[in-house]
Amino acid sequence: MALASPVAAALATGAVGLVVFPLLGRSPLAALHAFFVAPLATRNGLAELVLKASPLMTIATGLAVGFRASVWNIGAEGQLVVGAICGGGLALYFEGAETRWVLVLMLMAGALGGMAWAAIPALLRTWGHASEILVSLMLAYVAPLLLSYLVHGPWRDPQGYNFPQSKLFDDAFLFPILVPGTRLNASVLLALAVVGLGWLVMGRSFLGYQMRVTGLAEAAARYAGFPTARAVWVGLLAGGAAAGLAGVGEVAGPIGQLTPSVSPGYGFAAIIVAFVGRLSAPGIVLASLLMSWLYLGGESAQIRLALPSAITGLFQGLLLSFLLAGDVLVSYRVRLGRVRAAHRPAAEARPAGVCQVDA
Amino acid sequence: MSDGPASGGVPRLELRGIRKAYPTVVANDGIDLAVQPGEIHAILGENGAGKSTLVKIVYGLIQPDAGEIRWEGRPVEITGPPAARRLGIGMVFQYFSLFETLTVAENVVLALDDPGDRTALARRISEVSARYGLPVDPMRPVHSLSVGERQRVEIVRCLLGAPRLLIMDEPTSVLTPQAVAPLFETLRRLAAEGCSILYISHKLDEIRGLCHRATVLRAGRVAGRVDPRVETASALARLMVGAELTARERPAEAVRGEPRLVVAGLSRPAADPFGVDLLDIHLTVHAGEIVGVAGVSGNGQQELLAILSGEAPLAEAASIRMLGVDVGRFGPARRRRLGLAFVPEERLGRGAVPIMSLADNALLTAHRRGMVRLGFTRPGRARSFARGLIARFGVRAAGPEAPARSLSGGNLQKFIVGREIAQEPRLLIVAQPTWGVDVAAALRVRRALLALRRAGVAVLVVSEDLEELFEICDRIAVMARGRLSPARPTRETSVEEIGLLMSGAASPSEDGAGSRRREDPAVAAPA
Repeated sequence: MALASPVAAALATGAVGLVVFPLLGRSPLAALHAFFVAPLATRNGLAELVLKASPLMTIATGLAVGFRASVWNIGAEGQLVVGAICGGGLALYFEGAETRWVLVLMLMAGALGGMAWAAIPALLRTWGHASEILVSLMLAYVAPLLLSYLVHGPWRDPQGYNFPQSKLFDDAFLFPILVPGTRLNASVLLALAVVGLGWLVMGRSFLGYQMRVTGLAEAAARYAGFPTARAVWVGLLAGGAAAGLAGVGEVAGPIGQLTPSVSPGYGFAAIIVAFVGRLSAPGIVLASLLMSWLYLGGESAQIRLALPSAITGLFQGLLLSFLLAGDVLVSYRVRLGRVRAAHRPAAEARPAGVCQVDA
Repeated sequence: MSDGPASGGVPRLELRGIRKAYPTVVANDGIDLAVQPGEIHAILGENGAGKSTLVKIVYGLIQPDAGEIRWEGRPVEITGPPAARRLGIGMVFQYFSLFETLTVAENVVLALDDPGDRTALARRISEVSARYGLPVDPMRPVHSLSVGERQRVEIVRCLLGAPRLLIMDEPTSVLTPQAVAPLFETLRRLAAEGCSILYISHKLDEIRGLCHRATVLRAGRVAGRVDPRVETASALARLMVGAELTARERPAEAVRGEPRLVVAGLSRPAADPFGVDLLDIHLTVHAGEIVGVAGVSGNGQQELLAILSGEAPLAEAASIRMLGVDVGRFGPARRRRLGLAFVPEERLGRGAVPIMSLADNALLTAHRRGMVRLGFTRPGRARSFARGLIARFGVRAAGPEAPARSLSGGNLQKFIVGREIAQEPRLLIVAQPTWGVDVAAALRVRRALLALRRAGVAVLVVSEDLEELFEICDRIAVMARGRLSPARPTRETSVEEIGLLMSGAASPSEDGAGSRRREDPAVAAPA
């Protein structure tokens, strides 16, 4: 049942497409073709699919560490931006240094930057019981302002005709292209390494076990003496580091400079990827490809059918909604009719509602 | 309640050949049972004997695979609790299903199929409670009620439906000895009015004192039908267990070692509004002795245990001394490294992670026993450790990969107690060691505790089961209203004295006597 729900959600999302496209005045078959088939019909399309999946799987792996422990970092978008700023700043600082090691430094700086941004909600949660959901989300809207200030001000390219963007990074500082003629670069290898590391830590390490226990039964974690504050820190920092790496992957990959926008919402989409992928490594890889496909389909639908760009967000949202609904319906049965409180044993006692446990 | 007292006519309830099988176990196999009007009929058996399944079938919570249910001579199908209530069957569960933040009357409304007018209902509650000697104030919020009062609410709630068969599931497991007598009075009065009662228990004395007939279940079958008033306790136990109970192993005189747990003047206000303030707790447990803490739960045991386990660490280090170290500020991990092991009261969700396997649950606290290397878990070690516990403590489980929540309460308890004992602790703190555990397994757990004591381990047992405490403890203290009485040597005290101390919590008038006793400084100056 755990696997049925993501598949059913994907199918349901496609089914809604069949309804939405005619409403927008497009032939549903042509639209589905433009959305789902056309983007993958070329070698370049496939390369783009993997390219866009890389940051998604990186971030989703980091987020899954926290999600397993019920630490809800939903501000990966901000952590990605701060990672891009830190990595990009180094690239600008070392301009002309003609060594590939700068990329390594940029990655480290990016990871640290993302962690620093994620440390703020961790600190406020462990010290002040502030909800990490709200704090991390709000900070996701602060980080782009910081980036905007930098590229409009101190880091603006003097020869850039006043466009709000930095100088182009040296070629030596960029991820090498893997498939000539496409934008697919070595950051995908980094992404796979992150996924592998995430699998090792969450599946096999004692730390991962402690995080899982904390997420499943906090009282059991307290009973065993697993520090719950550490779970908050590890969960948020892992997400921050992964998002920061993904940010560097973007600016040292397809973008090649700092611009006011360095991500089409990868940080948010990765939340969906993590859940659709059931927080597991193979699932996250598959789900990141699916989500990437939706991005490409949305772009393709804009170009070929002149559909609004919101179509991408629409399908992403639908996918998550269907998944969450599917998860609820796997465990609960909807009973229609007059709600009546039955006298039942304490183990099942719950305020009467329309949902009844279907055990 | 129109029927007369017990007679040999048509049974109120008759079960014929009831069978219920689950994938791994046959819970009920060919059960025949007849309850006459006005009869108090005991269903006696170990945990796992099939008592709960049987009464849940009667109450419509479970559908039988085969067999017939006859109600007053007519075959009936009981499709669910509402159908059972329509027939006139009421059930009082062992664990209460009351909403703490609501009043008594509101809780009753929630449970009724047709509540009717609220004010009239409050009047009916008062009437019923007065008539059957079950005083409850309909307007009081449930969180302010004692456990005994909550049980009264549950019973009153059932009685409002004017049941002709009342099912009581282990009703005395939560009561003080003093609160048991009025409950029995109520049940006898109900029976005298013609209401039949199915009384589930494993307490032999109660059944002999209260019930007219008893059906003994063993491993899903009827092991015997007896008149408990004429049988001896050991004859009943033999029917239940299937073999002669081994004679009690009287603990020999303790060879007391050094103090391993010293609590000196611990006071702490409750963290949450429904909690209990701890007041000036003094407690010493030496190596090689078992100290029991008796008392009705909800008198500060939970708070004390959380402080002792380290789940609720203190600001000052010196108020708890464990194995020679001031541990007040230590969390559970550091205390465990010193040699503490702890069995909490809640099994699922605290003592074990429900959806994790037994092997993964072994890791929870026993990971120091070679299950982690270089930061990585060693699943093979955890599995074999879990397999060892399953064998040593007779845990009924599909294997080390079975999720914790698939075990019955008693079996999970055996697993958790076993896991803590197998870590060879120097100080063991156990809450409700045999709660819900069957007789044979309880014997095994108690033997393991006594073996630890012989090996020089200091053991603290917090239990509501007085019989158990008197069986294994060297000294017994009583927790009442956040205070702990001085621990009295078991030989020098009696169930009556301990019961009195326990009930001191329930009635303010006895508090004076209780306090004087508590101020006895016998234990205030440990060796």
